[in-house]
Amino acid sequence: VRFGLAGVALAALVVAGCATTGSADKDQGERVAISPDPFPSTYQRYPGAPVVITNVTILDGEGGRIDNGQVYLADGRIQAVGQSVNAPAGTQTIDGQGKYVTPGIIDVHSHLGDYPSPAVAAHQDGNEATGPARPEVWAEHSVWPQDPGFSRALANGGVTALQILPGSANLFGGRSVTLKNVPARTMQGMKFPGAPYGLKMACGENPKRVYGDKGGPATRMGNIAVTRQTWIEAQAYKRKWDKYEADGGDVPDRDLAMDTLKGVLDGDIIVHNHCYRADEMAIMIDLSKEAGYKIGTFHHAVESYKIADLLAREGICSAMWADWYGFKMESYDAIRENIPFVDRAGACAIVHSDDPNGIQRLNQEAAKAMAAGRRAGLPITEEYAWRWLSMNPAKALGIFEQTGSLKPGKMADVVLWNGNPFSTYTRPERVWVDGALLYDVNNPRLRPVSDFELGNVGEGDVK
Amino acid sequence: VTRAFLLSALALALAAPAGAQIIAITGGTVALGDGSAPVQGGTVVIRDGRVVAAGQGVAVPAGAQVVDATGKWVTPGLVAGFSRLGLVDVDAVAGSNDQSSDGPFSAAIDVAPAINPNAAPVAINRAEGITRAVVAPAAGKGIFAGQGALIDTGADGQPVTRARLFQFVELGEEGAEQAGGSRASAHVLLRNALREAGQISGGARTIRNEAGREPSDPRNDPVVANPNETRSYEARRNEDVLLTRFDAVALVPVVQGRQALVVRAQRASDIRQVIALKREFPALRLVIVGADEGWTVARELAASGIPVIASALTSLPGSFESLASTHSNVGRMRAAGVRVAIGTIDDDEQRMAFRARWYAGNLVGLAKVPGAAGLSWGEALAAITSAPAEVLGIGNEVGSLRPGRRGDVVIWSGDPLDNLSAAEAVFIDGVQQPLETRQTRLRDRYRTLERGALPEAYRR
Repeated sequence: VRFGLAGVALAALVVAGCATTGSADKDQGERVAISPDPFPSTYQRYPGAPVVITNVTILDGEGGRIDNGQVYLADGRIQAVGQSVNAPAGTQTIDGQGKYVTPGIIDVHSHLGDYPSPAVAAHQDGNEATGPARPEVWAEHSVWPQDPGFSRALANGGVTALQILPGSANLFGGRSVTLKNVPARTMQGMKFPGAPYGLKMACGENPKRVYGDKGGPATRMGNIAVTRQTWIEAQAYKRKWDKYEADGGDVPDRDLAMDTLKGVLDGDIIVHNHCYRADEMAIMIDLSKEAGYKIGTFHHAVESYKIADLLAREGICSAMWADWYGFKMESYDAIRENIPFVDRAGACAIVHSDDPNGIQRLNQEAAKAMAAGRRAGLPITEEYAWRWLSMNPAKALGIFEQTGSLKPGKMADVVLWNGNPFSTYTRPERVWVDGALLYDVNNPRLRPVSDFELGNVGEGDVK
Repeated sequence: VTRAFLLSALALALAAPAGAQIIAITGGTVALGDGSAPVQGGTVVIRDGRVVAAGQGVAVPAGAQVVDATGKWVTPGLVAGFSRLGLVDVDAVAGSNDQSSDGPFSAAIDVAPAINPNAAPVAINRAEGITRAVVAPAAGKGIFAGQGALIDTGADGQPVTRARLFQFVELGEEGAEQAGGSRASAHVLLRNALREAGQISGGARTIRNEAGREPSDPRNDPVVANPNETRSYEARRNEDVLLTRFDAVALVPVVQGRQALVVRAQRASDIRQVIALKREFPALRLVIVGADEGWTVARELAASGIPVIASALTSLPGSFESLASTHSNVGRMRAAGVRVAIGTIDDDEQRMAFRARWYAGNLVGLAKVPGAAGLSWGEALAAITSAPAEVLGIGNEVGSLRPGRRGDVVIWSGDPLDNLSAAEAVFIDGVQQPLETRQTRLRDRYRTLERGALPEAYRR
């Protein structure tokens, strides 16, 4: 999967006050240009003391393991990982005896902030269910940074980065945003710097259920027809803008929805496609080829195990649960071995949550999937299984260059677990994001408390 | 019924002396489910479907079928403390979903006839070691959801262990909504319902039972076993009534204290109102479901003696009645002396009751978190076995491996509260159960994706 980080281009268009082309194009007048980043990240890492963790079991997130190893974090980055590391004398040392260090968990499917706690009507901001194709909406414009769920994902779940997606009521749900799990006053303050955008798409039951009595689509064939028709419009839009960018002339009409789809066709925005059934995924793959884009990840992907070979060939990730099933027809054929079977076929497997509680135990979801795989005869190691939680989701989000494994130079997004993280008995002991210690089980002052919780009963409690 | 199942049943028949079926599970790490710590090298003996002995130093009776559980863990079957198991096959398929109703009745609703033992979630939970489930209806019309049951998850097609075990009523946000928009309205509706049921109870002297005899004293009258009984038709009622006759009759066992009244309450103030209800109506056998903020009133709860079925792992202020949610809720209530069981409440309880064993394990893990309160391993297992049974007054029947309990036993590959273990054998009433599910069949069909001589549809 190749999605360049520079590819945030064409995110949105700014008609006035934007950059212009140079004097060489004077004959064509001032060109209207597209702002790639109209809501730029203002995230800045917090300071963190250099630290060495010793005597610890290291799962590096890429499949590597070091027993009784050492990890050195400084200046917001992973400095060194090994059996022993060279750190300046006097660097703070944490004894990791009996504990594990892993990269922070990355959840590719969250609605925190868009469907926050408390789940009151005033907060239901995840589905712009006013039309089946609404690619013009951006999930980040619904994110409420005071959602207490972010802190639970950090402290109970060891989640250091997450993608917030629009819901699946629409065939085109809108743009996603990738966040650092660091509390901030604004969404921009959490935004993962340089992360590419995603586009949420959906197939199956949800769109036809939501629109069946609102003018359609009312069927799966209707879903596909509307999706194809929308891409045809996007192709025309892209042609107009490509021509304008090449040749100048009249400025084409601006369309926010088409901006996003053009971004997908340009390879700059990653498609995250909610899709449960194997047969529908196969149709979406053909559809994507017809339209001229690549699917990054199928989300929920309950039946990926039936077409794991196809997904491997196409290089498409599957983001899955360990054991969810049966809540609707398209989840009827879930099996416990979905994640390990997809992985075994050589396809990219990801453990995702889609849930404000599940995101607090993604490590345990991976454990269940690993155990199911082992019982089915697949010799899956802990260090291998951690790829489902860090490396593969980082790749799916286009942020693997910066995070998602314990490699020197990467962001120090790190969790120290107080035992084996595949056990129900284990919790995060400390969590660092960009080298800043943002959770420490032994320090009640190092627990994020959102504005919503301040002054309410239970403020600052262990959660 | 699988071939393995038949074979094991055959083996049983051959091994046991005529008239008695004895199974001895030997060599495993045995946990009784009563709160005690597991012991190694224990033996569990089941005779004619009941546990007769369990623990260390238990002799294997002559003629017993011996099941070697060396290296395994052995526990009572898990009891889903609060669920909707058997009421739903696929949630979003309305025809297969019998949780709630917009029909005219409320308290009279009885889930027993709706239980479908062939619903896929039953087998899936059985395969995870859930052998019994407390099944509650969901409120559809009014604050009373109706009468819940205890079921088993066995493959014999006879799921109902105890019909009409309890009445379920909503007294929190949901109750307020059902009552027209306020908690105050819900409380008036509750008191009015108890009044109407009390009048029927008091007037029962004139009611003939089905055999045509008049009961001598209505207060000793057995539970109104079935609201459809003809005797209830003739109950005298005054004209100031809101409930249908069937609904009012169904509440007679509640006001008589013969049937538990399970009340959903989350907020601290709602819990306090339930405690107050106990003082106002001492005959009520109250149980609280939910109690997300229970830890904030734990001492009052303990003093009231009202037991609680709680979610294990709420940590989010999901609503304004759960602002104080914490994973430490169960542990703190337990430490204060509240009787607490774990249920799956608003937590995919139609399908995912089996998650409770991992939830219980998470509570054990809280011991390592400063400031948190969890459970010991033995208490955690009890919270998903004996505690829900005892809370609902059926602890003598199910939920532990104490002598006399039904022979519901699970053999696990390892520690049942941890993620890597699986149920390897499940006995219900002493009968070994099939562990195949739709999921295992699909797994086996798609174990390989290589193209065969025939399509996948022929692989089974």
